Amino acid sequence: MSNAPRLTSLDALHRSLGATMTDFAGWDMPLRYTSERDEHHAVRTKAGLFDLSHMGEITVTGPQAAALLDYALVGNIGGVATGRARYTMICREDGGILDDLIVYRLGDTEYMVVANASNAQTVLDALTERAEGFDAAVRDDRDAYALIAVQGPESPGILGSLTDADLDGLKYYAGLPGTVAGVPALIARTGYTGEDGFELFVEPRHAEALWRALTEAGAPAGLVPCGLSCRDTLRLEAGMPLYGHELTTSLTPFDAGLGRVVKFEKEGDFVGRKALEAAAERAAANPPRRLVGLVARGRRVPRAGMTVVAGGEAVGEVTSGAPSPTLGKPLAMAYVDAAHAGPGTEGVGVDVRGTHEPYEVVALPFYKRRK
Amino acid sequence: MSNPQQLRYSKEHEWLSAAEDGVSTVGITEHAANALGDVVYVQLPEVGDTVTAGETCGELESTKSVSDLYSPVTGEIVEANQDVVDDPSLVNSAPFEGGWLFKVRVAQEPEDLLSAAEYTDFAS
Repeated sequence: MSNAPRLTSLDALHRSLGATMTDFAGWDMPLRYTSERDEHHAVRTKAGLFDLSHMGEITVTGPQAAALLDYALVGNIGGVATGRARYTMICREDGGILDDLIVYRLGDTEYMVVANASNAQTVLDALTERAEGFDAAVRDDRDAYALIAVQGPESPGILGSLTDADLDGLKYYAGLPGTVAGVPALIARTGYTGEDGFELFVEPRHAEALWRALTEAGAPAGLVPCGLSCRDTLRLEAGMPLYGHELTTSLTPFDAGLGRVVKFEKEGDFVGRKALEAAAERAAANPPRRLVGLVARGRRVPRAGMTVVAGGEAVGEVTSGAPSPTLGKPLAMAYVDAAHAGPGTEGVGVDVRGTHEPYEVVALPFYKRRK
Repeated sequence: MSNPQQLRYSKEHEWLSAAEDGVSTVGITEHAANALGDVVYVQLPEVGDTVTAGETCGELESTKSVSDLYSPVTGEIVEANQDVVDDPSLVNSAPFEGGWLFKVRVAQEPEDLLSAAEYTDFAS
């Protein structure tokens, strides 16, 4: 097997734009085109264009597609209306999180599951295995789609100039088939930036034409191409978890503070139910470490894996950290003992290479857009 | 990118100006600044510190990572650039000018500093 990185259908375009490329989950992806700070601000104030073709699409079809997903995932997927999307998770039998997912219901008996690039194979394997006995088919559609996201307050206007689709009628976490710049696309009002925006699933052969059309239509509004570096600071400011950082197989959704995605009330058994019921009881009786926001009082940047300290004791661990272009200060997400997790708790620091730097504990998210 | 002719360079991507009254100015190259990405925090040696050629004397932190800052020469720090501490983005926007890092009274230079042409080859 080759270890060569996988390339998206926009690879040549990224290189022609002078992107700095990076390995991400086996894919060669744009890290940034110019300055990640400028790209970040463009998404917050105007618009940014992302290639997310490394995300893993899995199509589930058949009379029992909903039943299979209700069994395989922790969410109530049968309850999702056609044209809507749901944030959910897939867990192991022991409750550990295998991945967080967005599931789009495309039709009565058709769903698209979007997995993180790093977990796409794991999710595909788990769904395939869990499909046994269900009248449903699990199809690997990773090569069937390129994914382009246009994110930011100007994105509805930019996209609207290229499509007849009813964007006003398209709610957050909904998706509909349409045509954008002459290209057939699944148009979804989803994203990972904390801004309004759209994700466009298209055939890879159409990706470059779509990218160019969006670039041209968006230029007057200030749209710029954006890399994964600013995507990470955008999602951090928005308090959104990232698999491998805030979410891992060693945590249940309840340990991650996301117990609300687990729907015990749905009919029938689902993988992990028993372990998750126990995790929910444990979390209620004895709160686990809580995911909180930390805002630096100084300028040194907390990084994943650094220890959160209070009174000389370790009380938690940083899961993500970066300088925030919007707030102008370093920020972190961290799991912290409940005793130190309340917003405004005094005396919390992060051990930054031997120095205890002071931090303020805040509730997430750090940034919320005005609606 | 062009590396100024009048400077000399280390393999750790610092530049060193010709000494005036025994004092040289040190910064990091444009190549290094581009590789780091947006620099957000700079920790410099303090005036009076003794630095040693090839050893760490500070930190450069960018959005994604932390890098050690090395001194290209041995000597005593006579000035640290407070402007760059206040505005680390100078390292990206003007690495050979306003983004200089410190001035050092040179006691000893290593023999393997590179010319502009040699560094351009080395960094490419």
